[in-house]
Amino acid sequence: MRCDDVARLLPEVVEAGAPVDLALGSHVETCLRCQAELARYRRMLRGLRALRTRYLEPSPTLLAQTLAALEEESERKAVRSLLSGRRLAYAGAIGGAAVAAAATTVVIVTRSRRRSGFSLAG
Amino acid sequence: MPADQTPHDRPPGQMELDRLVASARDGDRPAFDELVRRTYVDTYTLAMRLTADEEDARDVVQEAYLRAWKGIDRFRGDARFSTWMYRITANAAFTHLERRRRHRHETLDAVGEPAERAVSALPEESAQSAELLDRLSAAVRELPPKLRVVVVLRDVYDLSHAEIAEELSISESAAKVRLHRARRKLRDALSEDSGDEKVARAV
Repeated sequence: MRCDDVARLLPEVVEAGAPVDLALGSHVETCLRCQAELARYRRMLRGLRALRTRYLEPSPTLLAQTLAALEEESERKAVRSLLSGRRLAYAGAIGGAAVAAAATTVVIVTRSRRRSGFSLAG
Repeated sequence: MPADQTPHDRPPGQMELDRLVASARDGDRPAFDELVRRTYVDTYTLAMRLTADEEDARDVVQEAYLRAWKGIDRFRGDARFSTWMYRITANAAFTHLERRRRHRHETLDAVGEPAERAVSALPEESAQSAELLDRLSAAVRELPPKLRVVVVLRDVYDLSHAEIAEELSISESAAKVRLHRARRKLRDALSEDSGDEKVARAV
C-alpha cells in the first residue's frame, strides 16, 4: 500500500471504532508521513467536536418570535378543534332530528292505518 | 434514555428538562415554552452551522420548534430532548435548503457567508485556539451544503450514520460517502494555509 492510497482512506478510518485494514495499519505503523497525516485528521475531528460547545448568539428577537409563532399555532389548533367539535355537534343534532322525524312518521302512519282498519270493521 | 443510565444518574438540569418534557407531552404549553427558552441557543447554533445563513437559521429554528410542539406526544423519552431537537432541526434545515434551491434556482453551493457573531467560548479556550476554531468553523461554512450538513451532524453533534440517513432521507452509505468527502475537503481547506498545523498545536 502506498501513501496516496492511505491518504484516500484516512477520512474513513479516523472514525473511532472503524475497522482498520491490516495493510493500511501496517503501512501507517512504519510511515512517518502517514502517521502525521492521521494525527492531523484526528486533531481536526477534535476541533470539530470542540465546536459543539461554542454557542452562537442569536438575535435578541428570535426567542420572542419563536414563542409568538408557537402561540399562533396553538390558537389555530384550538380553533380547528372547536370547529371540528361544532361540526360533530351539528351532525349529531341533524342526525337526531332525522331519527326523531322518522320515528314520528312511523307512529303517524301506524295510527292512521289502525284508524282506517277500525272504520272498515265498523 | 441510554441503557446504562438510570433516572437517578441524570444531572439535575437534565431531570428538570425531563420534567418539562413530560408536562409538555401532556399539552402544557408553558412547559414547552420553558423548554424553548432553555434550548433555543443550542438549536440556533445547530441551525446556523447547517444553513450558514442567519435568516435561514431563524426560519429553521421556528419551524423546528413548531414541528416539535406538534409532535411532542411522539417523543418517547428514550433519547435526550436535545438529541431529538437536533434531528428535527436537521430535518427542517434540509427541507429549507432544498426548498430554497428549488424555488430560488440557487445552487446549494451559493449560500452566502454568515457573520458569525458573538461566540461564547469555553473558559479554558485560549485566544489562539479560539481563533483557529473560528477558522475551522469558517471552513465548515465553505463546504457545499450537502456535505456540510452531514459533517456537522456527525462530527460536531455526534449523530449516528443511521440517524443522519433517516433525517436526510438518504441511505447510510450515501451519508458515509458525503462525510468522507466533507472531511477530505476540510482537511484540504485547512492545509491550504497550514491551518491544520496551528489547529494541531492549539486544540
